[in-house]
Amino acid sequence: MSMILSIQNVVKRYQKHTAVDNVSFDVPKGSVFGLLGPNGAGKTSLIRMITTITAPDEGQIFLDGQKLNAESPNLIGYMPEERGLYKKMKVGEHLLYLAQLKGLSPANARKEIDVWLEKFEITDWWSKKVEDLSKGMQQKIQFIATVVHRPKLLILDEPFTGLDPINSNLIKDEIAALNASGISIIFSTHRMEQVEEMCDHIVLINRGKNVLQGEVKTIKNEYKQNLFQVETASELPDDFRNRFQISGEEKNKVTVRLESDSEAERLLRYLLDQKVRIQRFEELLPTFNEIFIARVGETA
Amino acid sequence: MSKLKLIFKREYLTRVRKTSFIVGTLLAPLLLLVYMLVIVGLSTYQGGEALKVAVLDEGKMIGQLPDEKGVRFQTPQGKTLEQLKQEALEGKYDGVLQVPAITNLDYKNLSLYYHSDKKLAPEAKERIESRISKKVRDFKIDSLKLERKKLEALDTKISIDPEKITPGGEDQSEFTVGIGLAIGGIMSFIMFFMMTMYGQMVMRSVMEEKTNRIVEVIMSSVKPFQLMLGKILGAGAVGLTQVLIWIVLSGAVWFIMMPFMAGSGDPAQMQEAMQQAQASGVDPEEAQGMGLKLIEELQRQNWWALAGAFVVFFLGGYFIYSSLFAAVGSAMSDDMGESQSLVLPIMLPIMLAFYLIAFAGWRNPDSGLMVFASLFPLTSPIVMPFRMAFNPPMWQVILSLVLVVGSAFFFVWLSGRIYRVGILLYGKKVTFKEIGKWLFYKS
Repeated sequence: MSMILSIQNVVKRYQKHTAVDNVSFDVPKGSVFGLLGPNGAGKTSLIRMITTITAPDEGQIFLDGQKLNAESPNLIGYMPEERGLYKKMKVGEHLLYLAQLKGLSPANARKEIDVWLEKFEITDWWSKKVEDLSKGMQQKIQFIATVVHRPKLLILDEPFTGLDPINSNLIKDEIAALNASGISIIFSTHRMEQVEEMCDHIVLINRGKNVLQGEVKTIKNEYKQNLFQVETASELPDDFRNRFQISGEEKNKVTVRLESDSEAERLLRYLLDQKVRIQRFEELLPTFNEIFIARVGETA
Repeated sequence: MSKLKLIFKREYLTRVRKTSFIVGTLLAPLLLLVYMLVIVGLSTYQGGEALKVAVLDEGKMIGQLPDEKGVRFQTPQGKTLEQLKQEALEGKYDGVLQVPAITNLDYKNLSLYYHSDKKLAPEAKERIESRISKKVRDFKIDSLKLERKKLEALDTKISIDPEKITPGGEDQSEFTVGIGLAIGGIMSFIMFFMMTMYGQMVMRSVMEEKTNRIVEVIMSSVKPFQLMLGKILGAGAVGLTQVLIWIVLSGAVWFIMMPFMAGSGDPAQMQEAMQQAQASGVDPEEAQGMGLKLIEELQRQNWWALAGAFVVFFLGGYFIYSSLFAAVGSAMSDDMGESQSLVLPIMLPIMLAFYLIAFAGWRNPDSGLMVFASLFPLTSPIVMPFRMAFNPPMWQVILSLVLVVGSAFFFVWLSGRIYRVGILLYGKKVTFKEIGKWLFYKS
């Protein structure tokens, strides 16, 4: 699998601390990649280097196989967490300006902007001033500005903060559509439920260091504790509690810890043999929130 | 299109298209005119009604007195001091001026008594004193039977007309100096105005981008230096546009005014103007001569050299200060109060240069301090254009130009290094010491 982005032993130091400390990871082409970490972990420092706002003190960054260069910014669409627009500018002019800064010709920019305005059904906003728009409306404009130049890599830093559920879903759908069309996406966040929902790969940064990385599925499997939950409609057999290690019990629900996941079959067969009426039987995988807390706790 | 050009275009167009720019450009000269008229008006303000003064001429030397500006003399006959005082109390007069008789014509001092409960304003006092002094002088001349014509011949008016020893040198009459002062003063003022106004415009714009948080979006497309330079160039072009409009406007006004001043205008209007001049006691010939002299003097100025130097000084000074303002703007947090302490050190040299001209420069444009200030790059953009109207030595002008252009490059570079760090730094109060450290950061 080829990589859209390759971070190799990158170090970024500031006066008193090392913000990014020898971090390496790869972002596969076409993936939705989660860049995770608590506040102050070095996510923004890392993103600023990828977007060529700053340069690494050590290490190298490759975008689509090429070392970062003057053309790189045009291949990236970046929506920072701290974002804003020129309040006094008109929506159309503003988008034209930002699109041209990304290397589009005026005619081309105009065409692309029109496509997006139509998609969001806001073509009549062209000559509205930014300051006359609501916060949610401004976010939409911001999103268009980020993707209008058809970047190969989209970097979204906490893209859903400040969005209502409707707009949030709208943007989510657009992100999915962009990803389906082949655009790779880096998704920086500390909100774990979004990671599970959207990402296929992640890297977890803590205190400037890479503490966990890989495919979401694999990581979840690695961190699973072979917990199985059984929901029953009848009483459990008397010797059930002697045969299996119980890690939690609620009304009609019992969680069992097994030696390995191949034991699951044995458990299920036993229950069937005992004529227990099973309503639900599932493996409990750890949430990313748990993995996150566990890993960050370990490395703190 | 290059990114710098795009930034420049945006910075320029968004400003020029603002109604505030159009209104400001057209109104500023008007406001300046009104401001000057108000100042002139204030300085000649008379303060209420004319003072009514009854003169008690005890020595019969004064006779009738013509009314003065702000003072009206009355000489009631056959009344005693006590009667007049009573009338003053009743409000018929503001005061009674008692002029005692002169007992000895050799006396050089004469005290008058002003009887009134109201305070006599210094200006009115001076007027009365000089008026009575003239009358007493006339009285003495008559009494001593002196010949008036011969006495007048004693007064000789002296004026110095400088002449160059080297032939072909510039003749500097008092008039030339006056015009030099006016031109130099105007140029310095425009310079001062432009540098502070447009410099701070750049600063506000930088701060706006930072507090708006748009800067991070822009930074992901362009280099910080490009953004800063584009902003400085854009705002500077707005300033030049404004000056250009003013030059065209004043050129138009000059064109309309010239026929009147040269005396070749519409004869009927000229006639009227002359009659007015006669009525106000100015010799029309002299007035016309003055007008011609003014035109001649203005035409003799080397406008191309002045304009060329002005543009270079404007650009140099503007780049120096706007880049400094941009650097300071980038270092500021959202807190406006704290920003003042960062702005002050930048404003200081500008203010000093301006005060130097206002309080010392016009007395002697070639003093050592003025020469230094006209070479030092932080003050020269304001001081040198002022001195230029007085034909300073060529080497000084050239040295000053070289220094200002060199410094402009230096300060833009310096500010760029501060700007690139400051613009991405949030929520931190910044000291000058810290800004100093930024200079040495690797990019």
